[in-house]
Amino acid sequence: MAIQLTAKHAEYWHKNLTITAILLAIWFVVTFVIGYFAIQLNDIRFFGWPLPFYMGAQGSLIIYVLIIWYYARYMNRLDRDYDVAEGED
Amino acid sequence: MATSSQAAFNRQLKRYYSFYTGGFVAFVILLAIAESLGLPRVWIGYIFLFATIGLYAGIGIMSRTADIAEYYVAGRRVPALFNGMATGADWMSAASFIGMAGGLYLQGYDGLAFIMGWTGGYVLVALFLAPYLRKFGQFTIPDFLGARYGGNIPRLIGVFAAILCSSTYVVAQIYGVGLITSRFTGVEFGVGVFLGLAGILVCSFLGGMRAVTWTQVAQYIILIIAYMIPVVALSMKFTGVPIPQLVYGTVLEKLDKRTVELQKDAKELEVRGIFKDRAAKLNEQVKGLPASFEEQKAAVAKKLEELKATNAPAGQIKAAEKAVADFPKSVDEARTKWTAAARADTGRAAAPFIHSEPFVGATEQVRDNKRKNFLALIFCLMVGTAALPHILMRYYTTPSVDEARKSVFWSLFFIFLLYFTAPALAVLVKFEVYQNLVGTKFTDLPAWVASWQKVDPSLLRITDVNGDGIVQLAEIVIGQDIIVLATPEIAGLPYVISGLVAAGGLAAALSTADGLLLTIANALSHDVYYKMIDPHASTQRRVTISKILLLGVALVAAYVTSLKPGDILFLVGAAFSLAASAFFPALVLGVFWKRATKWGAVAGMVVGLGITMYYMYTRYPFFGVNAPLWWDIQPISSGLWGVPLGIVTIIVVSLLTPQPSKELQELVEHVRYPHLRGDIDTRAT
Repeated sequence: MAIQLTAKHAEYWHKNLTITAILLAIWFVVTFVIGYFAIQLNDIRFFGWPLPFYMGAQGSLIIYVLIIWYYARYMNRLDRDYDVAEGED
Repeated sequence: MATSSQAAFNRQLKRYYSFYTGGFVAFVILLAIAESLGLPRVWIGYIFLFATIGLYAGIGIMSRTADIAEYYVAGRRVPALFNGMATGADWMSAASFIGMAGGLYLQGYDGLAFIMGWTGGYVLVALFLAPYLRKFGQFTIPDFLGARYGGNIPRLIGVFAAILCSSTYVVAQIYGVGLITSRFTGVEFGVGVFLGLAGILVCSFLGGMRAVTWTQVAQYIILIIAYMIPVVALSMKFTGVPIPQLVYGTVLEKLDKRTVELQKDAKELEVRGIFKDRAAKLNEQVKGLPASFEEQKAAVAKKLEELKATNAPAGQIKAAEKAVADFPKSVDEARTKWTAAARADTGRAAAPFIHSEPFVGATEQVRDNKRKNFLALIFCLMVGTAALPHILMRYYTTPSVDEARKSVFWSLFFIFLLYFTAPALAVLVKFEVYQNLVGTKFTDLPAWVASWQKVDPSLLRITDVNGDGIVQLAEIVIGQDIIVLATPEIAGLPYVISGLVAAGGLAAALSTADGLLLTIANALSHDVYYKMIDPHASTQRRVTISKILLLGVALVAAYVTSLKPGDILFLVGAAFSLAASAFFPALVLGVFWKRATKWGAVAGMVVGLGITMYYMYTRYPFFGVNAPLWWDIQPISSGLWGVPLGIVTIIVVSLLTPQPSKELQELVEHVRYPHLRGDIDTRAT
């Protein structure tokens, strides 16, 4: 039985790739860009913490959790919108 | 499975684990009451050890199974929330629980590479792997490689890599089990190893993934309670606020100011000067070898004679006797011993560094070097996270693709709770030491200092180097494990909480070891035996073979551990780089690039893993080759070479070989969509 892939399926996959790329870019910036410029950013204060230390110890972790939460929500809705969600059989 | 029964199952689980948590808290309170009535400390250690191991064994017995899907993937009905907790326990090892806060204490900002690396990797798991692996829905990671690329060669390389990285990692875990049991009950290290192993085995042996999953949930609850109670108490003591993660910024500011004071303090400079002189003298002696060997030997003996002649205090004579007894036996031994001692003294002669400052170094080049290695380490830990088979395997156990996605969120959330607490704990304890311990008279050291010095001098040692009777920072030698272990006492909590912390560390080590042993045994029994040797084996036989192999693997691992090989950090670091370069490129390209071919994957895995192993072997001091570093990258980040090279190799070789068959391309389409009408079904039963 061959799979019938329609234009709608291609669109679904394309949307998935787009959101993946956007979230990955955020992940990259909070981890590597801030890490790379840590020395230069060290004078900026965030509620008492120097910004790079705060990001490394807490801020980027919170952003990671949010990225994953948002991805799960976005994709689980996309599944339903594009009729590829599991569960009807 | 119908959704209504899944919902009922979910409710039932929530009820069970709520009761369990309440029961556990009541148990700790009862022990606390018993302690105040005079229960001796050794007993508390034993009760915690046997009660928790007994509990895990009990869950193992209740979850025993001979059903193949239950044994390998817990029947694929673990709800997202619970799979998240199980993954959290699976993930957080003895190193995370006991060592990490201490590592942060010693390394300051640079240590945050571990915090970010071991959490940010879950972003990669969520975006690139978990939902697709769940849709594919078989039993092991080599399963996916075998199906996606076709044929036994990719599967076999996967088996090899899974066993390689899981076994280096599992040895580190069993080591942790041995250390904790021996420290808190006084049994010998080797006995501790096998005692812990018994707990692991009863659980996974009887019930495979199903038992491991439900035990890991129980272990997560214990370890998070054990980690949080002391930190909250400490925060109350210092800041008056029970949520240290919100307020330790101000403590950090004070700590940094205090460090600047200590950098310039006259007494501190005096002590550091003494260490500098000692190091210089030792270096002189090393240079003067072999002549200096006899000179020193005579000098040590002469000193003992003099002391005896003048009727010096017994303590001094004892020390001099020890110096004679410990004197190196040969010139070579003297060279290694003195060089090491000189290096240690040079380290102690260094000024304390500002905790929050990134990449501390004297020159621009040193700082740049540290930054490079910091970012490289984060990269390897993150990609390694998204490639360790024992973690990826957990996402086979959820009921559906959308639950798999949610479950990654819960996993990271539960891991995050501990990981954003550790840097706070490190800062609080460091402030206590810098502000309060430094400047105390040696005659009234706090109780926790005295007791830990006695337990293990490698964890904490304070000696009055300049003889002024007051503690200077440079006189304190602190081992990283003590930060978590001593926190209950620093916060003024009863000994029961120390026992609880040990039980938490044990839970962390056991749960990770469980997951790893299962991964190794399943790779052998499912991928090698069933898929390659005897595809017609009955399910009964497959489960039996799995159990026998599990037992064998566990015994071998425990035996290797009891020989105490290498250091823990080396083993853990190695596992991440190995997993990253072997699996990540082939798994991710397998889903996102239909054109990736069998030979591309084979070549990419071999080249990636090969280069990583080569770099480790030739650069880790452990192996004694010590070739010059490439681009100053430390061997712990070997994956920095293996991962990109693996990706490039897969792409180049894939483009040079004919494109994959239609069936394989359809498989890729199949894993990309949670549900397609008229689709194939790859789920294994």
